[in-house]
Amino acid sequence: MMDWFSEFLYMDGFAVWVWSAFGVSALVMGLMVWLVIRRHREALRLVRRYHSDGGSR
Amino acid sequence: MTPRRKRMVLVLSAVAGVAIAATLGLKAFQENILYYYSPTQIASGEITFDDRRIRVGGLVVDGSVQREMGELGVVFDVTDELESVTVAYDGILPNLFREGQGIIAHGRFDDDGIFIADQILAKHDENYMAPEVKESLREAEWQRRQRELREQQEYSGPGEDY
Amino acid sequence: MGKESWRWFHRFGSPPHVYGLADRMVPWFAILGLACLLTATVWGLAFAPPDYEQGDGFRMIYVHVPAAWLSLFVYVLLALASAIGLIWRMKVAHAVAIAAAPLGAAFTFLSLATGSIWGQPMWGTWWTWDPRLTSQLILLFLYIGFIVLNRAFQDQRSGDRASALLGVVGVVNVPIIHFSVDWWHSLHQPATIAKFGAPSIDTAMLIPLLVMALGYKLFFAWLLLRQLQAELLQRERRAAWTKALVTGPGGTVK
Repeated sequence: MMDWFSEFLYMDGFAVWVWSAFGVSALVMGLMVWLVIRRHREALRLVRRYHSDGGSR
Repeated sequence: MTPRRKRMVLVLSAVAGVAIAATLGLKAFQENILYYYSPTQIASGEITFDDRRIRVGGLVVDGSVQREMGELGVVFDVTDELESVTVAYDGILPNLFREGQGIIAHGRFDDDGIFIADQILAKHDENYMAPEVKESLREAEWQRRQRELREQQEYSGPGEDY
Repeated sequence: MGKESWRWFHRFGSPPHVYGLADRMVPWFAILGLACLLTATVWGLAFAPPDYEQGDGFRMIYVHVPAAWLSLFVYVLLALASAIGLIWRMKVAHAVAIAAAPLGAAFTFLSLATGSIWGQPMWGTWWTWDPRLTSQLILLFLYIGFIVLNRAFQDQRSGDRASALLGVVGVVNVPIIHFSVDWWHSLHQPATIAKFGAPSIDTAMLIPLLVMALGYKLFFAWLLLRQLQAELLQRERRAAWTKALVTGPGGTVK
């Protein structure tokens, strides 16, 4: 089991490359999710504020 | 013409205009866009490279790779099946470098017509295969050759009896 | 087109309709997309066979190729939305284009970054001015230019029209990227799958790649809808429908 796992991590000697390619992708895509969801929430907050002020903006 | 139809024509002609401009531009700079020259292009003398650094691309000739003992230096021939160029290189070769593989060498020609490369890039082909599949393909190829050989022998066999 | 299909088309011009539709579709895209991404990652990393030449290094294909495909797909979508926005003066179409642009830019960046990480060990260089790489970099600049141009005007409508024009004419770059590997000598390999004839890749390697590509598409659809919703809310913050959205039945703000 451990042998299989360390071999899996080793990736034929391409460990650095394979894991950093997947890592960068996961990082950027995670960041995209976070930013987009935050932006949607902020837009809702903007609308809420606008209408609670009685449309002063 | 309705305003909408007019806008449609405008948008389409803008795209067409840019497409034509791009086509002409790319055609005009065709030679500069070429990422590398083939040995045939070099042999024909159609390009003047003087002392310029250029890229030469082709397949590494089987059996041509000579390594200098105890050093990183390597000398090999690159071919496009018609002409070939001798390349000398001193440095670390990429993972995909091997005989029969496509490579691109970046450097300049010395006075003896040997291409002194300071960078070697390996060109990967578009085929992806599992090792077992590659093995079975090689096996099939070998058997096909054997069969051809046998057939040739059988064909010429009776002739030798005379 | 008949009257019926035009009505269908015009409903997409209605922000509240699109907003509600997006709300209903988002969970599906999110769940299915993440499921595909997870499945394909495990499959591609652990169960697909290694390549005969690149060994396990080829597994980078599973993040590089879907990102590259999507970067082109998103651009075509952006250009179509821009054209519809210009020709039919449809506000929602402009909102779709500007909602898609940052996502497309992110996928273009990912295709360049993962390609670079693959290129260093395999080709022997992080970057080179190869036609495919150069045209893909231009795509990134087109996305950035689109966003900057859209936000450069005080008036949203002028910004929409200016950026839409750039978006539409920029579509010329898409076939250049795709065919660059066939038209010129190039370091980048020609197409493996998107070509005439059978794909030159093992089925056992291809299936996880297709699942991954589907996952990327669904992931994009999810984020696009959320981006679009945010864009519509911002643009229509004065409209009655956004008020109805944030106020309860009694008219008080939630």
